[in-house]
Amino acid sequence: MEAKTFDHGIHPRYNKDLSKDKALKEAAVPDEVVISLQQHIGAPAKPIVEVGDTVDFGEKIAEAAGFVSANVHASVSGEVVAIEDMAIRIKNDGEDRLAEGIESQGEIEDLSVEELREIVGEAGIVGLGGATFPTHVKVSIPDDKNVEAVILNGAECEPYLTVDHRTMVELTEEMIYGLKAIMKMCEAEKGYIGIEVNKPDAIKRTEELIADEPNIEVVPLEVKYPQGGEKQLIDAVLGKEVPSGGLPLDVGVVVNNVSTAVVIAEAIREGRPLVGRGVTITGDVKEPQNLVVRIGTPIEEILEACGGFKGEPGKVILGGPMMGQAQVDLTAPVTKGTSGILVLSKAEVAQYQEAKPCIRCARCVDVCPVKLIPTALMNLTKGDKVLKLQDYNVLDCIECGSCSYTCPSKIEILDWIKLGKGKVQAHIRENE
Amino acid sequence: MDNTLDLTVSSAPHVKSEETTSNIMYQVILALVPVMFASFYFFGPGAIYLLLTCGITAMLSEVAVQKLRGKPVTINDGSALLTGLILALTLPPDLPLWMAVFGSVVAIVLGKHIFGGLGYNVFNPALMGRAFLTLSYVVSMTEWTAPNGGVDTLSTATPLEGEAEVINLFIGRVGGSLGETSALAILLGGLYLLYKGYIDWRIPVGYLGTVAVLTTLVGEQGASFHLFAGGLMFGAIFMATDMVTSPVTKKGRWIFAIGCGFITVIIRVFGNYPEGVLFSILLMNMCVPLIDQYTLPQIYGEVKANG
Repeated sequence: MEAKTFDHGIHPRYNKDLSKDKALKEAAVPDEVVISLQQHIGAPAKPIVEVGDTVDFGEKIAEAAGFVSANVHASVSGEVVAIEDMAIRIKNDGEDRLAEGIESQGEIEDLSVEELREIVGEAGIVGLGGATFPTHVKVSIPDDKNVEAVILNGAECEPYLTVDHRTMVELTEEMIYGLKAIMKMCEAEKGYIGIEVNKPDAIKRTEELIADEPNIEVVPLEVKYPQGGEKQLIDAVLGKEVPSGGLPLDVGVVVNNVSTAVVIAEAIREGRPLVGRGVTITGDVKEPQNLVVRIGTPIEEILEACGGFKGEPGKVILGGPMMGQAQVDLTAPVTKGTSGILVLSKAEVAQYQEAKPCIRCARCVDVCPVKLIPTALMNLTKGDKVLKLQDYNVLDCIECGSCSYTCPSKIEILDWIKLGKGKVQAHIRENE
Repeated sequence: MDNTLDLTVSSAPHVKSEETTSNIMYQVILALVPVMFASFYFFGPGAIYLLLTCGITAMLSEVAVQKLRGKPVTINDGSALLTGLILALTLPPDLPLWMAVFGSVVAIVLGKHIFGGLGYNVFNPALMGRAFLTLSYVVSMTEWTAPNGGVDTLSTATPLEGEAEVINLFIGRVGGSLGETSALAILLGGLYLLYKGYIDWRIPVGYLGTVAVLTTLVGEQGASFHLFAGGLMFGAIFMATDMVTSPVTKKGRWIFAIGCGFITVIIRVFGNYPEGVLFSILLMNMCVPLIDQYTLPQIYGEVKANG
């Protein structure tokens, strides 16, 4: 079968060999976890415990504040020692006492659409691909919308990251179960699992397990960044374009990450809330690994579990190298959105030279998956041309960073575009 | 764990491609090697003197301007050298070297730095130098030396004013500017640039195609003569494709190339100047900002939003 894809995009060095064959492994549980109240897009969760309370593993410790928000649960059992800086600190008593209600909620067939949505919302599940949008919101389909297809995103187009790859190979059955649950919640006929062809074992394993599922299909995807971008994935799998400014729902599609499907399956079959996630620890560390980490574990402890830094570290990135965030405070905890911890060596960080003038080579134009003119957006931002920026569709930028990656003058084009987006958004607010 | 680590914080993406601006410049210079070799073969050591004079003067001018403006000296990026070499290749082989020096200074100072330096110039800098020389030293700029091994050794007229066989035009055994005579050598370099992705095929194809069609319709000498004679091939492959001074959109590049072709033919066939390549590209350079503005591609999701 021919691999499908979208127009434009880039081919960065993938560097997935470092960790792609390392099976998922439980990371050591820390003595203390720091659980953020803002691990999702939307309103921060409201704490429902107090300092001094004893909590159980999986107990809800903060509640979604509003519709677009997510519950937060204890990832260890122990004592709440602090609630500060938008986070709840729990001292681990090492017992892993299960909270009440962590048990099977039934099977998909026996549960109604409403019950399923309730389970997902209760479990505090958010998109694990990195965007952390609350999943129960995504699968609550408005009455006037109709979902034809659910796509599971197994592209994992970010260089270095392999945790979705491992998940697809090792937790294939759970992933497919999760997909069926999402299909039921969205009342969708078809399910697709899009996987880049650099993960043949994941494609093969998934195809084996869906042999008897007429409504589910594996779609091999070309290895290209940002193949896993929601809109690029829909374009590749179904040949549909999400309207400018619209949502996948507008073309009858709901996209979820493969790892999200797995935690949905766990929430249904085991009653397990989202208290841990797979993380790829890679780059310039002694032993790159794919670890299942309790939410709230400090980054430095996970790095130590991987043998620590190989050489002198230059950058520690949460997520992948294309869209991840550089982190300086290594005591910061892993959150629901942490798909990777990537260490770049000092030498690698130093090799990037200072920006040179734009020579209008148009490489950014040739790679932009949205077909914007990044160099023009940069110049319009510099010139404060807010209305022009709007005409040039700056708000459609998906911030994939392909322009900055490809620029031979090493200009941080995306930084300029983000600034331009901010100016346009401010302008729109002022004129409302 | 040590928390006094010196970690860099910067925004994504955290990795970059290996391509650099200076590599692009040096790759284009590499693509000029066959043309430079042909110019030496046909016109002897004089070609080397002219290339060296223009290359060195261009680089020195760049250093001087950047020092005066208090800007970092970026002579290593290869762009000034490239401008100098391209200028040299558009000059008559026996041009007095002091004129070449003037042309190179004008190219770098007025063609490039007056607009703010690399990336900001509206006009192709080498062509600015060439235009200055063409208008200032009319006689010297139109004296064409016969090439070594040329069949028309007595002729000193530019092929556009005389008769020449197409095969000689193709190989370069005709009088003309240093690097403009051998279509063969130019095409070799052009194919390399296309293969490496440093030029967009739309510009040479659009430019040459337009000239071919129009000269078939209105030219007395026919398309094959016009394609291989004069500075067209060199201009279409090495000058109209200059990244800084050509459009960034695909549709824009078509318009730009077709415009260059139109103006070239108008000047060649109906004008007083025998050659129109120089002014056609400069005139179209001027239109680039406008062309870019009116040829924005349809973005992802745009149709359905409006439909």
